[in-house]
Amino acid sequence: MKVGVLQFPGSNCDQDSWHAFGTVLGHSTRLVWHKETSLGELDLVVVPGGFSYGDYLRCGAIARFSPVMRAVAAFAEQGGRVLGICNGFQILCEAGLLPGALIRNDGLDFRCETVRLSVNQQHALAQEHLLPAELAIPIAHGEGNYRIDSAGLAELEAHQQILFRYASQPLLSGQRANPNGSMADIAGVTNRAGNVIGMMPHPERAVESFHPSQDGLPLLRALCRDISPAA
Amino acid sequence: MSFSLTPRGAAVEMVFLPVKVNVIVTPKKNVLDPQGAAVHHALESQGFAGLGKVRVGKLIELEMEGPIDADRQGQIDRICQDLLSNPVIEDYRWEVES
Repeated sequence: MKVGVLQFPGSNCDQDSWHAFGTVLGHSTRLVWHKETSLGELDLVVVPGGFSYGDYLRCGAIARFSPVMRAVAAFAEQGGRVLGICNGFQILCEAGLLPGALIRNDGLDFRCETVRLSVNQQHALAQEHLLPAELAIPIAHGEGNYRIDSAGLAELEAHQQILFRYASQPLLSGQRANPNGSMADIAGVTNRAGNVIGMMPHPERAVESFHPSQDGLPLLRALCRDISPAA
Repeated sequence: MSFSLTPRGAAVEMVFLPVKVNVIVTPKKNVLDPQGAAVHHALESQGFAGLGKVRVGKLIELEMEGPIDADRQGQIDRICQDLLSNPVIEDYRWEVES
């Protein structure tokens, strides 16, 4: 299992992602600089969180044009697995590899807390790997408000592309259930084929005993196994 | 740069005058605009009566060589669609500043 973690100027979750896949899960993991034009032999590409290009213009708007993204698009086109976390999710949406867009949190505040996610049990990933119905995963974002037009939302629902939602029952008392106003409480989606995943929460921050939760482990383990495309 | 002859016959440098294009990017009308809502709230609390919709967009100023012919117009539209705006959530318009 070979994992590549992209690095853009301004990425800051690349090291944590490298640590989660490489050290905690023990897979052969390397960092991929955004100027590289070839991915080599990779099984999984991780687009990490952070503030690529300072979030200038729009989050991920400039990173999507980095040379490495052509190779990522080709890799995804061939069915390669891509996981975009937070800024990575934003980059994949800007690149058109995932539908929809992420805008400013509706409360305009940066949300940094551990949230309860409900995992779509009808999603291929959940079914294949028996993902738990709920995961507690931390979020840390100012622009996590997922938007898509009504036709697009209908498509996501019809094809079971919504993988994670912010659970209606929050993790902590007094906590707001949907932290950012995302449409349909969407926290993570996949493309139609199911090989490209984007999520705002940070599973790589939920893998160690000193993290508030270790619920990232079953998810990351699932991504490191064979995934068959959604029907 | 180009040179022209003054009436007295000496060559002088022509000053390069770029064309200025202003691109305005706004949130689509039917898209939630949290910033617009916050500004609306702030204006109302400043006592601004009779206020309707408020939307916050951005202005991108581009200086470039002219002329803005058909090719250039197509190029500007392309960069507006690909980079300067996200068509999923934003509209754009541009104009040449005269």
